[in-house]
Amino acid sequence: MLQRREGLAKLTGRERYVDDLPLDGFFWGMTVRSPAPRGRVTAIRFGRDVDWSQFIVVDHRDLPGPNVVHLIEQDQPVLAAGVVRHVHEPVLLLAHPDRDELRRAVQAVEVVVAPEPPALDFREPPRPDQIQYGADNVLKHLKIEKGDVERALADAPVVVEGVYETGAQEHVYLEPQGMIASLEGDTVVIRGSMQCPYYVLAALTHALARDESRLRVIQAPTGGGFGGKEEFPSHLAIHAALLALKARRPVKMIYDRGEDMAATTKRHPARVRHRTGLTKDGRLLAQDIEVLMDGGAYVTLSPVVLSRGIIHAAGPYACEHVRIDGRAVFTNAVPFGAFRGFGAPQTLFACERHMDVIARTLGVDPVELRRINLIRDGQSTATGQVITDGADRVAVVERALELSDWRGKRRAHAAHNATHPTTRRGMGLATFYHGGGFTGGGEVYLKSRLQVAGLEDGRVEVRSANIEMGQGAITVFTQIAADRLGLAPEEVVIAEADTARVPNSGPTVASRTTMVVGRLVERACDDLRRRLGLPESARGDAVRAALRASRRRGVVGEAVYEKPPAINWNDTTYRGDAYGAFAWAAYVAEVEVDLRTGAVRVTDFVAVQEIGKVINETLARGQVQGGVAQGIGWALMEECKWKDGAMTNNQLTNYIIPTSDDVPSIRVAFLEAPYAHGAQGAKGLGELPIDGPAPAILNAVAEATGTDPREIPLTPERLMALFD
Amino acid sequence: MPALAVSFTLNGAATTVSAPAAERLLDTLRYRLGLTGAKEGCGEGECGACTVWLDGLPVNSCLVPTYQVRNRRVDTVEAADAAALEPLLRAGATQCGACTPGVVMTARWIVNHPEVLATHTVRELMAGNLCRCTGYDGIIEGIEAAMPAQAGRP
Repeated sequence: MLQRREGLAKLTGRERYVDDLPLDGFFWGMTVRSPAPRGRVTAIRFGRDVDWSQFIVVDHRDLPGPNVVHLIEQDQPVLAAGVVRHVHEPVLLLAHPDRDELRRAVQAVEVVVAPEPPALDFREPPRPDQIQYGADNVLKHLKIEKGDVERALADAPVVVEGVYETGAQEHVYLEPQGMIASLEGDTVVIRGSMQCPYYVLAALTHALARDESRLRVIQAPTGGGFGGKEEFPSHLAIHAALLALKARRPVKMIYDRGEDMAATTKRHPARVRHRTGLTKDGRLLAQDIEVLMDGGAYVTLSPVVLSRGIIHAAGPYACEHVRIDGRAVFTNAVPFGAFRGFGAPQTLFACERHMDVIARTLGVDPVELRRINLIRDGQSTATGQVITDGADRVAVVERALELSDWRGKRRAHAAHNATHPTTRRGMGLATFYHGGGFTGGGEVYLKSRLQVAGLEDGRVEVRSANIEMGQGAITVFTQIAADRLGLAPEEVVIAEADTARVPNSGPTVASRTTMVVGRLVERACDDLRRRLGLPESARGDAVRAALRASRRRGVVGEAVYEKPPAINWNDTTYRGDAYGAFAWAAYVAEVEVDLRTGAVRVTDFVAVQEIGKVINETLARGQVQGGVAQGIGWALMEECKWKDGAMTNNQLTNYIIPTSDDVPSIRVAFLEAPYAHGAQGAKGLGELPIDGPAPAILNAVAEATGTDPREIPLTPERLMALFD
Repeated sequence: MPALAVSFTLNGAATTVSAPAAERLLDTLRYRLGLTGAKEGCGEGECGACTVWLDGLPVNSCLVPTYQVRNRRVDTVEAADAAALEPLLRAGATQCGACTPGVVMTARWIVNHPEVLATHTVRELMAGNLCRCTGYDGIIEGIEAAMPAQAGRP
């Protein structure tokens, strides 16, 4: 198996991240932020103890283009212009050669705000004086309807209801956000930590009113993203560019952890309400689901997060009558944004916790409840997507039960719980799915383009805008190209993601890189072979010989995304094929709960998934284990504390993410039912593992303790309250 | 702030650096001496991404004022033997790589001190290095594979 290609550079500390790049004659850049959640900026006072002539100061009037960070809606300013909508909103930018003096200067600026009433609780309907978006603060309202839910609920022998809540989650990529802007001739060059170089390019084009020929965005090795470097880096790139243009020298902006946690996006908090009609033995007859998400103070990606959230909300089950009503609402919180799973973890938490609530209410075994309702080939999802992928979803569950020794452990736990004075043990199951790639017509809209070029030295170069952030894109693309052309991995070069050199193969998000973009790598290899005049069967030496013969001509193979013909989606009615392929999973958590402290320890974890095809086992397993650990954090310990819509525990001392000692060994197994339109048969994997841990763990706690937890993070304090 | 001349042994070589009295060892290494392996992940000693050895013991270099290393030994990830890190690579111990230099410094210390496994597990010993990518199994398996055979096993 191919080892991670950049792995040794990382292990030896040689890999150069943005803050490690050599840079001469540069200024540091920092941000002055709003102290208030909502109001008019009435004054900006510069302290007398600072020699301001030594500083570059940028405000909204310095923008060459519109004061907007270009995204779905053009509502979010680059720098506040007279009005602030959330705490930590950027107001001014400062640059100076000395970082300590710069820090003192930021402290010496006072932004005076005349306060207006903020909307701070997304669950409460806004008062008239809190309305700031449309007529009702609703950023996006989406609906899925299948069958006749009201009638089916009225006719159902049993109806089970439940409300479930999930908290915000901070990404805690280990490398904070960072960006360098410099001027090379007339070109603004951006180097930084990011998932989507072409998003950054589009945002710069807009805000700097500068055409693409005078802009260049280069992704630096990126120390984790998890969605947190999807849309946010556009802000930082514009900020750094504005300072560099004014200073006429390079400017480096590196957030420290406190600023990164306080001022950048997080996972959307959500409340999900289920009303479910069933037969007495547990067959689903109707699912009525309401999803409410906190969008924060600007639209960012909330409409798409909501969309993915509602599409996944009914779970991997067959049900003839489904209604899902989703709203993302405005609040004066720091805007929420992309985070691994993108809305699905919230709705799947609710769905899978609700399944166990149903099981307890009906007196049905939770495994049996899932077994009878899991989608079979030929049945359809909530959007009416008929599943015909040949994956055996029941076999996925069976494997998870077998690996976790579900039945044996449950017996042992019953014995333990009957006698132990202070601890309770339990097992919990979650079955779920995750759609790979952009939703519906999204991939068509992206028109992703990718090249595989013959190099002068006889190697081939994959030119894509999809970046490495730890997930393994470099290694997987290498494997896919080498396999396709019969070359050795060393004969494949992955180009740096530099918008001056690589075509736009779309963003590195949505579990699309291996499945969708990897398929473009294969097709671009095929195109290269055609252009070399080789038959489809040519591999290895035949390809090498043709590459050598053509090296001066610079032959370039190219592929553009083509929609698989069978995928049809209607974005107006929300009916049809939401995703090209779903990956399917069953996770089992075992917990031990200390009744004296409310502390929950996950003592075993089994993660089984069907992902089409495993391309690199070490990398795939690492994705699952990392996602599960992140899910354990979200379920039990990662709690954002809020004041005025801003995080107050913005440091790793009191926002607790799991250490090695907080998680068990995570046991991973894969099943494979190849997807015809994915690279080598692969489906998306990156996000799937964050969907299952929280419900599996809470189901285990419920089983162990007899409590009925409905909210995460299930901190010891919350669980103790349930004991009382 | 007045600068102090600080002499110490860095990766085996005598080194003198002039740094402000309050400067953190992490910044001195990264911004004055060009050793950018150690990373700042939190700046408060929680994440371990800045781990280096001070007189042979792992420390968070963001919590060490540079003047405190006068006449002492500092070792950084740059001095690690790449071949010895192969087991970590094979086990999937690195993903994004931002925590990795710190992980490697703690891991190398454990490998060099197998006697600690008589009283602690690798999982316990690694709890000072936060990783957000791997879920830790790759790191722990990599260290176990790198341990000298039988040494120090309880």
